[in-house]
Amino acid sequence: MPMRGVILIAVALTTLPCSVFRWAGRSPEATELRQEDRTAKLVAEHPAQGETPDAVAGKELFEMHCAVCHGIEGRGGGRGPNLNRVHLEHASDDAALKSLIENGIPPEMPEAWYLSEKDAKNLVAYVRSLGTIPAEPVPGDATLGARIYAKGGCANCHIVAGEGTGFGPELTEVGARRSAEYLLECLVKPSTHLPEGFLWVEATPASGETLRGIRVNEDTFSIQIKDSSGGFHSLRKQQLKELRKLRDETPMPSYEQIFSPAELQDLVAYLASQRGKP
Amino acid sequence: MKWIGVLLLLAAPAFGQVPYERIVNADKEPGNWLTYSRNYEGHRYSPLGEITTANVTDLKVKWAFQFQDGPIEVSPIAVDGILYVTGSNTAAALDARTGRTLWVWRRPIPSDYRNIGFPRTSRGPAVLDDKLFVATLDCYLVALDLKSGIERWATKVADYKSGYGMTMAPLAITGKVVVGISGGEAGIRGFVDAYEAKTGKQAWRFWTIPGPGEAGHETWSGDSWKTGGGATWVTGSYDPELKLVYWGVGNPGPDWNGDVRAGDNLYTCSLVALDGDTGRLRWYFQFTPHDTHDWDATHVPVLFDGEIGGRQRKLVAIANRNAFYYVLDRSSGQFLAGRAYAKQTWAHGLDAKGRPIRAPDSEPTEKGALIWPNLNGATIWFSPSYNPQTGLLYVAVREIGAIYFKREAEYKEGTFYAGGGENELPADDASGAIRALNARTGEMRWEFKLHSPAGASVLSTAGGLVFSGTDEGNFYALDARTGKPLWDFQTGGSISSNPISFTMDGRQYVAITADRVLYVFGL
Repeated sequence: MPMRGVILIAVALTTLPCSVFRWAGRSPEATELRQEDRTAKLVAEHPAQGETPDAVAGKELFEMHCAVCHGIEGRGGGRGPNLNRVHLEHASDDAALKSLIENGIPPEMPEAWYLSEKDAKNLVAYVRSLGTIPAEPVPGDATLGARIYAKGGCANCHIVAGEGTGFGPELTEVGARRSAEYLLECLVKPSTHLPEGFLWVEATPASGETLRGIRVNEDTFSIQIKDSSGGFHSLRKQQLKELRKLRDETPMPSYEQIFSPAELQDLVAYLASQRGKP
Repeated sequence: MKWIGVLLLLAAPAFGQVPYERIVNADKEPGNWLTYSRNYEGHRYSPLGEITTANVTDLKVKWAFQFQDGPIEVSPIAVDGILYVTGSNTAAALDARTGRTLWVWRRPIPSDYRNIGFPRTSRGPAVLDDKLFVATLDCYLVALDLKSGIERWATKVADYKSGYGMTMAPLAITGKVVVGISGGEAGIRGFVDAYEAKTGKQAWRFWTIPGPGEAGHETWSGDSWKTGGGATWVTGSYDPELKLVYWGVGNPGPDWNGDVRAGDNLYTCSLVALDGDTGRLRWYFQFTPHDTHDWDATHVPVLFDGEIGGRQRKLVAIANRNAFYYVLDRSSGQFLAGRAYAKQTWAHGLDAKGRPIRAPDSEPTEKGALIWPNLNGATIWFSPSYNPQTGLLYVAVREIGAIYFKREAEYKEGTFYAGGGENELPADDASGAIRALNARTGEMRWEFKLHSPAGASVLSTAGGLVFSGTDEGNFYALDARTGKPLWDFQTGGSISSNPISFTMDGRQYVAITADRVLYVFGL
């Protein structure tokens, strides 16, 4: 059943200035750099010794046995899902992850029956390191940062621990995934890091007004867009005059001029403390 | 008239329901779909013309059938009002009028079975005389009674514990059933086999990697031939006059690290022409010598006749995973024409013999090298379609690059033997298309752009239509002459299968599976 023109499915709740948080680079160069950085970091953090799980050794095993499906950095491939995430769908903790690696997920993921106990633990350490960064001291005051977060109107676009507005990405676990340095870059120059799959688009129907928003889904024949007031729009591509994919744009403003360096540092400390449920 | 129909149906089994002659003369019964690609020539073209460019907008779902497990990648066989379908280690006969099951057959998957580098799926059955032939994941070729689904015989083809598996639809030719195997990421040694259709006895085997003393063995260094891959996981084509079986051979192993297997690594990434009676190699053509990108040449070879260089010739065309389109003389294997049909950065072109002229920096490295296409290639196992009305070959294209990494590979039986991997570029840097190529030259006539890289086969019909599906679940029809989109339907599940067309009660239907649902559309 062809859709006709623009269908406004849901309507706006807020018109306050909105921001969208970005993460994850997208250029091949960035991917290579990340790979090298991560390796260097791993070597520094996990000296191979004794019975402590060794993520560097795990990385080697991952590349040999897992990369075929999950991609060389575990970012997903043709068959296996992206493992660069805080919560793994089938493995709530390290013990569950180890058991999953040893037993597989029938029918698609084969069990790694050939791994020793030590190898399995090393692999667990590496897979965990893909989606979670270790908690480390961050300069700034998280309590003050929470006030800056409120003052800045961040909750008009983001949800933290169930509070806020679901326009931009949820930030409940952002501290487990992103470093303080990364978070600061996002606040100062949001276009530095785009969230995985994030795309800001501008659609002009054959008749009617031009619409800007976040692309929430797309196929060959249709696109679904969420506008800055949270309304969903379903558009038939054949009925568009123009569809612009604004690859380097984001509705999130830079906060460099809005907050002082000290306030930014406190805000980063607050975001870094958002590590989700343990 | 009705009585004659009933009498014919009753009389048919005595002579075997689907004798070889019926498949050879597939065009005489356009309402049936008797072999994987409908005809031995690999066309995936339906001569049915009830559904046309004028009325395709009226297409509606007539019925659906839900499989227990997905993803389903089947190309159904349609015989006289019955659809035969397969899933992993399962087959069923469905009433083509309603989708209700007439019989179901299952073979348990062993608990220690592992699919290494490919999904648990089945791309379809084959039919010959009174039997349906099914290839199982645990490497049995099984013959079922067409009327009841009861097992007639089951022959072990290979030992799954070494990493072998079977996902392709068998190809039934004169008195024999030809099969290939999967497992190219597990260090197997590939082969193409034929079995006697009546008894299940092995008729011949062609090893895709020559052993000591055989021609081509010198293209492998040391013992690398023993674990060299060369899987044969997509159904081939057949020329009944030349009595040649055409079959694509997969990548060498380990996939991304070629250091341990110096040489061209014959007959990996090649098309082989085998004598259907004996399995002897008549000729081969290697598309990607010493491949290090996982670019299997496992495609349905498309056979057609045409004039090239002022001479009418018997041709075979392949749109290869390596992004080049090739036209060969199918009597001799001689290279006649070739050109890129999708973005590629690994070769400057093809030389006079069709061998690639390699570009620098086109190999996987420790640090990673950005190369087009990605490991799944510019197209992969899903079939193209050749439309004799337009002389066009429609290919489902993937425009996607990747950063290829090379790593050490250690062979351990029954595990991955890959030697690296890739990082795909982000989804918004990739796209897909259906491209219509002049079948004789590979020159592009039109394209229809897809949101993401293609993952499903193409069907063209005498109604002037091209059907295919998308990863996002759209099943759609294009104008075969212009590529203009005419109709689409959101199935709700990813489509990675093969459309077919058949008739029931004299009306034309089009069938496609999406995830685990088979949809049948009609006017």
